[in-house]
Amino acid sequence: MTHHPQDEYVNDERAQDEYAPTAFAQYQEGDPIADTKAPAGPIEGRWDQRRFEARLVNPANRRGRTVIVVGTGLAGGAAGATLAEQGYRVVQFCFQDSPRRAHSIAAQGGINAAKNYRNDGDSIRRLFYDTVKGGDFRARESNVHRLAQVSVEIIDQCVAQGVPFAREYGGLLDTRSFGGVQVSRTFYARGQTGQQLLLGAYQALSRQIAAGNVEMHARTEMLDLLVVDGRARGIVARDLVTGQVRTHLADAVVLATGGYGNVFHLSTNAKNSNATAIWRAHRRGALFANPCFTQIHPTCIPRSGDHQAKLTLMSESLRNDGRIWVPRRPGDTRPPAQISAAERDYYLERMYPSFGNLVPRDIASRAAKVVCDEGRGVGPGGQGVYLDFADAIERLGREAVAARYGNLFEMYQRITAEDPYQVPMRIYPAIHYTMGGLWVDYDLQTTVPGLFAIGEANFSDHGANRLGASALMQGLADGYFVLPATLADYLARTPGAPVAADHPQIAELEAEVADRLNLLLAVDGDRTPESFHRELGELLWNECGMARSEAGLRRALERIPQLRAEFWRRIKVPGVGEEFNQTLEKANRLVDYFELAELMCLDALHRTESCGGHFRVESQTADGEAARDDEAFAYVAAWEFAGPGRPPVLHREQLAFEHVHPTQRSYA
Amino acid sequence: MNLTLRIWRQSGPDQPGGLTAYQVTGISEEMSFLEMLDTLNEELILRGDQPVAFDHDCREGICGACGMVINGQAHGPERTTTCQLHMRHFSDGDTIDVEPWRSAAFPVVKDLVVDRSAFDRIIGSGGYITAPTGSAPDAHAVPVPKEAADLAFEHAECIGCGACVAACPNGSAMLFTAAKVVHLNVLPQGAPERRGRVRSMVAAMDAEGFGGCTNTGECATACPKGIGLNAIGTLNREFLRGGRR
Repeated sequence: MTHHPQDEYVNDERAQDEYAPTAFAQYQEGDPIADTKAPAGPIEGRWDQRRFEARLVNPANRRGRTVIVVGTGLAGGAAGATLAEQGYRVVQFCFQDSPRRAHSIAAQGGINAAKNYRNDGDSIRRLFYDTVKGGDFRARESNVHRLAQVSVEIIDQCVAQGVPFAREYGGLLDTRSFGGVQVSRTFYARGQTGQQLLLGAYQALSRQIAAGNVEMHARTEMLDLLVVDGRARGIVARDLVTGQVRTHLADAVVLATGGYGNVFHLSTNAKNSNATAIWRAHRRGALFANPCFTQIHPTCIPRSGDHQAKLTLMSESLRNDGRIWVPRRPGDTRPPAQISAAERDYYLERMYPSFGNLVPRDIASRAAKVVCDEGRGVGPGGQGVYLDFADAIERLGREAVAARYGNLFEMYQRITAEDPYQVPMRIYPAIHYTMGGLWVDYDLQTTVPGLFAIGEANFSDHGANRLGASALMQGLADGYFVLPATLADYLARTPGAPVAADHPQIAELEAEVADRLNLLLAVDGDRTPESFHRELGELLWNECGMARSEAGLRRALERIPQLRAEFWRRIKVPGVGEEFNQTLEKANRLVDYFELAELMCLDALHRTESCGGHFRVESQTADGEAARDDEAFAYVAAWEFAGPGRPPVLHREQLAFEHVHPTQRSYA
Repeated sequence: MNLTLRIWRQSGPDQPGGLTAYQVTGISEEMSFLEMLDTLNEELILRGDQPVAFDHDCREGICGACGMVINGQAHGPERTTTCQLHMRHFSDGDTIDVEPWRSAAFPVVKDLVVDRSAFDRIIGSGGYITAPTGSAPDAHAVPVPKEAADLAFEHAECIGCGACVAACPNGSAMLFTAAKVVHLNVLPQGAPERRGRVRSMVAAMDAEGFGGCTNTGECATACPKGIGLNAIGTLNREFLRGGRR
């Protein structure tokens, strides 16, 4: 029998004794996931086949079917607008004051599509291949192929909506190459592609709201999922203005609530992005897949002090011309201009001579951590490395550099008050995307019937690492094209029996949510939610961030429950529940971060291989590259919640690579 | 640095409000204005007081959630969003007045938080191109001249923060409405609905209680995205054209 390195954590008395205080330091083995519902047959025809087999809802009956959509980002906005256009009754939620503000709006770079407008050899097949390979062979082939197929329709749809993509003088769409791929398939709208795509979806949604087809609840946050007779039938949500907690009923629920990067406290996510919707769904039976697959972006502006509220990303195109270095000598705090060339270590160029400063995101990030851990980091707290444009300015001239990066330099200067034309930029990696999320089948349905997850909230398409400009593609593919087809099938097969408004489960669930909020208000301790979030985030960043080790993950798994216990003894939330109370919102999101953080650490501990954004220091090649273990780990780890304080249950979805053969990356 | 803040406190829409003074100490120049308020709120929470409510989310100047009137200026002294305003633009010992957007069409929800849903209703009245999912021709079927695409983009940059309304002595939403009209009306895809769009949007804008434009130009000065006053000229022209049969 093959020895799986992760087996030692299972049903091991020693482990149980040693880590008994932590609920999640152990897990139970569950049944493997046998069926992802992807049709069989040639991969090119699977999506067509699925759509053909899907049942349809008679247009006359659609108005009688209610769908809840939570979130109004690219995935949620697109889904809400499309379902309403098709005639369903949509009830939609966002915690922001307007659906136009969802965090998709901050995406800068672009959106991939296999249009092959450049005639440079791109194709659906190549986008599919690049995405599976880029995901370090931890994504499901059927889903990724569909994503590549649908990508071409997205661009058509967005152009028809009036999204002002960059164009060439002939009036045709401009593209650029992005993230190290060899074809030019990224469509963009300056550095604000996410904003423009989101406004397109928002405008389509606004049209449906005005037409009365979407009942929009802004400033309303989902706090729990209602499951009746095994099916998702609604949500419990809190009106953030009045504080009123109530249940909204539906025939199906779609979660489009984004990723969980904010569990790290400092990330490039918006401040209010959170994991409560997906975590509460997880507690109600939805499996959570690959929680440890998080992506770190190497070119963010470093923190300037303890007051730091969030981190700002700068496009990684900067690495095309900037040279990354730190002083050779640890503790060298002289200004950069006084450090001579001989005293500088251009460490990426030294370690990876053929790729130099252009190594992939995860490698550049880890290398920055290593030099900073050696005491050679620069700037406040030593958590930064230089990104120096002096050579580029000398070679190309200031004007050429300004033409390429002017807006980024301006942004940097606004935040740091340093002029990148004069002194090198300082950069440091930060969390900015989570590949993990709710497990979904080919239909984007979770393991709770009637509960669907789309966009970053699900785990589906990016494996262990997402390629640049692919998040926008996936959000819109799910929202505009995939979900509307698969959801119709679910509704057509499910009788439209309404849940009675006085169903006993509703009062029960509302009471449970109210209890949780009341408890947070009642503790009246001496620490703010922010202070706990900061402490949890730092712990997670250190032990489950860029590099993960068994010892570190075990430390985190021991510390998180202690911190959670302290939270429930010392948290302070002023005011009452029945009012606009932002401290209460934040404290309640933290409750879920503690549990999610534990599951992330457990997942990272059990996956003793390195792959994509998940780097286990114990599993690396001689040149420091992530060493995958396809024999043991070519599966999706889908976790089942077994109850508070009980070890989660691991269900494996074995991945088959029939079209893209797994290879090991090398950048030396 | 140490500062005195005079912040508008108002517990709810129908409650009376007023300026309350707070001392904040040890403020770093590197902080954003919102991080400075975070610092104050941490202290208020520990004292058991109500922290100051304010809208914010992305904190990188693109979501449009944040916005307050700082020393009488929408988003403060720099031409940027409040989240991208840094404390280095203030000096030790300063007294800073912080108020919510002031406009009849933006009622106060609490403290510095206002209700900007009127903007959403203006967009819903016609600020879109009718293109149901799946109905689109190939993206290259209709070439768009680069000049038109660039002009559309520059007006589509609006983040819907409401600074234009807050800065306007008439509380007018002309710049906001104009930005969307220009974005969509200059594109060939937006042409079929061109006339109806401008009529509906202007009607919605008026119905929400926003004032009229008297060419003061404060809106364009306050706009963190640099949307220019020319847009309002275009809006007026489109409106006149839209009114003709």
